[in-house]
Amino acid sequence: MNKTDVLIIGAGPTGLFSAHQLGIIGLQCEIVDNLDKAGGQCIELYPDKPIYDIPAVPECTGEELTNNLLEQIKPFNVKFHLNERVEELKKVEKRWHVKTSGNQKFDVAAIIIAGGVGSFEPRKFPVKECEKFEGSSLFYSIKDKTIFNDKTISIFGGGDSALDWAIELSNTSKVNLIHRREGFSGAESSVQKVKELNDQGKLNLYTKYQMESVIGDNQIGSVKIKHDEGETKKLQSDYVLGFFGLIMQLGPILKWGLNINKKTVEVNTENFETNVDGIFAIGDICSYPGKLKLILSGFHEGALAARGCFKYARPDEKLRFEFTTTSKAAQERLGVKK
Amino acid sequence: MAKITYYTHDSKTHTIDVQNGLTVMEGAVQNDIPGIDADCGGGMACATCHVYVKEDWLVKLPTKEDGEEDMLDMAYEPKQNSRLSCQLIVSDELDGLEVTIPEKQA
Repeated sequence: MNKTDVLIIGAGPTGLFSAHQLGIIGLQCEIVDNLDKAGGQCIELYPDKPIYDIPAVPECTGEELTNNLLEQIKPFNVKFHLNERVEELKKVEKRWHVKTSGNQKFDVAAIIIAGGVGSFEPRKFPVKECEKFEGSSLFYSIKDKTIFNDKTISIFGGGDSALDWAIELSNTSKVNLIHRREGFSGAESSVQKVKELNDQGKLNLYTKYQMESVIGDNQIGSVKIKHDEGETKKLQSDYVLGFFGLIMQLGPILKWGLNINKKTVEVNTENFETNVDGIFAIGDICSYPGKLKLILSGFHEGALAARGCFKYARPDEKLRFEFTTTSKAAQERLGVKK
Repeated sequence: MAKITYYTHDSKTHTIDVQNGLTVMEGAVQNDIPGIDADCGGGMACATCHVYVKEDWLVKLPTKEDGEEDMLDMAYEPKQNSRLSCQLIVSDELDGLEVTIPEKQA
């Protein structure tokens, strides 16, 4: 059991900055995120794209913003639990007990949900029968590539994941790469490489095709693909891989008794607490009259939610408002006191 | 102002006057037309405002930027008449546009 003051759900910019605000007022926190790294949408959707509306930062990329926020919270030694999705929530006396998908357990005084538009999950094939093979012969991510040795793999998608895996697996497997159009969104060098491998017969590229159906009993035997013009092909396949990026899903949060409105959690604007005592929501996931889905708004919400957590974490103490410029306590916590 | 018709998956037809300058996505969201999630808020970063445009309108719409086509790779059942509705900005020229909202966005 991890015992701390506050659990932050979501390691996007809003979650990271609320960790800073908790640290400044002397509260401990830990952060859970479903992705394998911090940064949330900034890292997953637009790591290289510039952002122009962070106050006092004329221009930065999603990756730079994330790295700067991580740097800013370094003094607080915040513990991250990545690749973990929060699943269960239980009130035990005045504390919250939380359990994640990886069976991590937390005992906390308050929770800040900074979950963006939900946790990122792989986008799946629209073809219904795919579900039956998922996890056995159809995958949306690769954990152990050795299972593909000397097998026939059909890979769907046109982004970097699809291209990179097609190139890599073509060394040890027979690879079909299927994409819905001639153009690719992945790196140009990878596109060229795939085309070379196709010309050399080391990989079979099918463009303007999409999946029509998967055929097999317990394991996939073949996959049927259909061209834009209507012609179909049947490709013998031991495994099927789909790389269509990630989608955001609200997931288990829906079952926590929070007031949910259009995939967002209703909060008050005094301290961004939800209808459930001790559970706060900030950033894109919260809604209130006038809500703007901007990173800067998330920072403000995080500052207030952090202070809202104080009465749950330190019920016998009173929080005094202080500036980091002049507060000895804050400077000690930041490790900058001379 | 343009009249935009949205066909939703529950076989309903919604014809709405949408103000110039809004997007076809915003026209749907603001009028509670179901089936458009628009998770990223209109930033061409998520493909959950995907619609099918009535064929004869395809040529009349502004052409897709590269980024839109890249995102459509991620959409649920993309077709040749697929567009991201956040990229269709309403003007008088779009009066009469008809779009079908897919069964789901993901």
